[in-house]
Amino acid sequence: MVEEAIEQFDAIVVGAGLAGLAAAYTLAGEGLEVLVLERGDYPGAKNVTGGRIYLNPVREMFPDLWKKAPLERYIAHEEVCIMDKERSINVRYDGLELGLEPYQSYSVLRGKFDKWFAKQAERKGAMLVVKSRVDDVVIENGRVVGVMAGGEALRANVVIACDGVLSFTAEKAGLRKGAQAKNFAVGFKEVIELPRQVIEDRFNLEGDEGVARLYMGDVTKGKFGGGFLYTNKESISLGIVVGIKDLMEEEPKIEAPQLLEDFKQRPEVARLLKGGETAEYSAHVIPEGGYKVMDKLYGDGILVAGDAAGFSMNIGVTVRGMEYALASGYFAAQAVIEAKEKNDFTRAGLATYENLLKNSFVLKDFINFKESLEVLEYPPLFKHYPELAGNIMKDLYEVPAGPKARLYPTIKKHMSLGEMWAMLQVGRRMMKI
Amino acid sequence: MSIVMGLKAKLGLDVFKEDKEFHIKIKAGHEKDPRLKNTILVCPAGLYSENDNGEIVISVDGCLECGTCLLVCGPEVLEWHYPNGGVGVQFRFG
Repeated sequence: MVEEAIEQFDAIVVGAGLAGLAAAYTLAGEGLEVLVLERGDYPGAKNVTGGRIYLNPVREMFPDLWKKAPLERYIAHEEVCIMDKERSINVRYDGLELGLEPYQSYSVLRGKFDKWFAKQAERKGAMLVVKSRVDDVVIENGRVVGVMAGGEALRANVVIACDGVLSFTAEKAGLRKGAQAKNFAVGFKEVIELPRQVIEDRFNLEGDEGVARLYMGDVTKGKFGGGFLYTNKESISLGIVVGIKDLMEEEPKIEAPQLLEDFKQRPEVARLLKGGETAEYSAHVIPEGGYKVMDKLYGDGILVAGDAAGFSMNIGVTVRGMEYALASGYFAAQAVIEAKEKNDFTRAGLATYENLLKNSFVLKDFINFKESLEVLEYPPLFKHYPELAGNIMKDLYEVPAGPKARLYPTIKKHMSLGEMWAMLQVGRRMMKI
Repeated sequence: MSIVMGLKAKLGLDVFKEDKEFHIKIKAGHEKDPRLKNTILVCPAGLYSENDNGEIVISVDGCLECGTCLLVCGPEVLEWHYPNGGVGVQFRFG
């Protein structure tokens, strides 16, 4: 199929994830010859999200896409759960704006979404080959001119590496330095099926409304990271994201799968899952090092987009990656279109890519939030403060047999001068985000 | 031990297509490498364990292809590549 089509593509995209499909969709839309190589059985087969996608940053890049996209529920309720060992505090934010169209974010399952998105790209004219693993890049005169897949050399003016967080394609092209565990987190989750009505009743939802709930504190036993729960149409995505370095080094040493088991067994969580059937267990690595550890984004004949470029960001209140993937794929396509007009596929000819990223939310966000990982990697945030908050609540709500202590001294008991000073320092720390 | 059973059952829910070869191998001489020991804690699929000789062994069936072990050990310790096209885990939900 590939052989008889054309010998030289405008672009070969490695990986049918959001970055790769966004690039292919955009390139094909402009009439360029694009080949997408995907190692899974179908697009989405190797892809995992927590997952929620925010549409505002990418809505205009793909104006025809969102109306029919197989997304799950629009997130109309934002919740945070601060967890101590034996107690937890929940905050639910119900904002009218979250329930107004166009909705800002949706829960999503990548198995469904990516498959559908790939069909849209194919409809525009992109060629998709699945079950095809890219093993190497072809380099001639210092320039990437294609890839090796299944023992065959496939040639293109530009290769767009969208092969995910480990990006062997970028590595083989010499764009990537050795990755360090401390700049990555690992996420693992279960998709737990429940009837639609049960989800809506249990989470106090109307129709297609959904809820996103983030957990912090004891959910990771005080390690850097947190838990998440997203409601899908007929399932719940429940999982944990935890810094790989903390998982290795911080006490208590606990095996990753056990963290998720313990999370599920918390009474507050177990009752939400009651009667549910786990349908799938998945895991994925997330780049969290941000701007400071970003590798080269392009070279002669090659561009890197999505997780492969390190475009994922944890700023505590949000953990985002999919919009950056979609946007970087889109900008990579724009750069290829321009390079084709100039007939210059060298590093200089592709430099537009970085400019487009710098002038967009993508690199602006990464530069603005470049300190966030270091600020958030602060153990008391995940252990001491959840405990403190839980203890204050416990004493505030307690009605003893004898007289109840006044509220101010009750709080003051937990808030020594030293504690308040430390909090001030945390506040100063947070000002960097 | 119940967790091990639980995890196996959980992995049993996923769709896997068998590869002809193991896509992750521990490099000879590194079976007791301290970096390798960390894999027991970090692997979400619990594929790594320590045998009676104090060596780390991997059972690659059930691999979710996340790459955490590679990031922890580096290519000096693990020979690591993705499974061949069309095999390995195939997420239906993701």
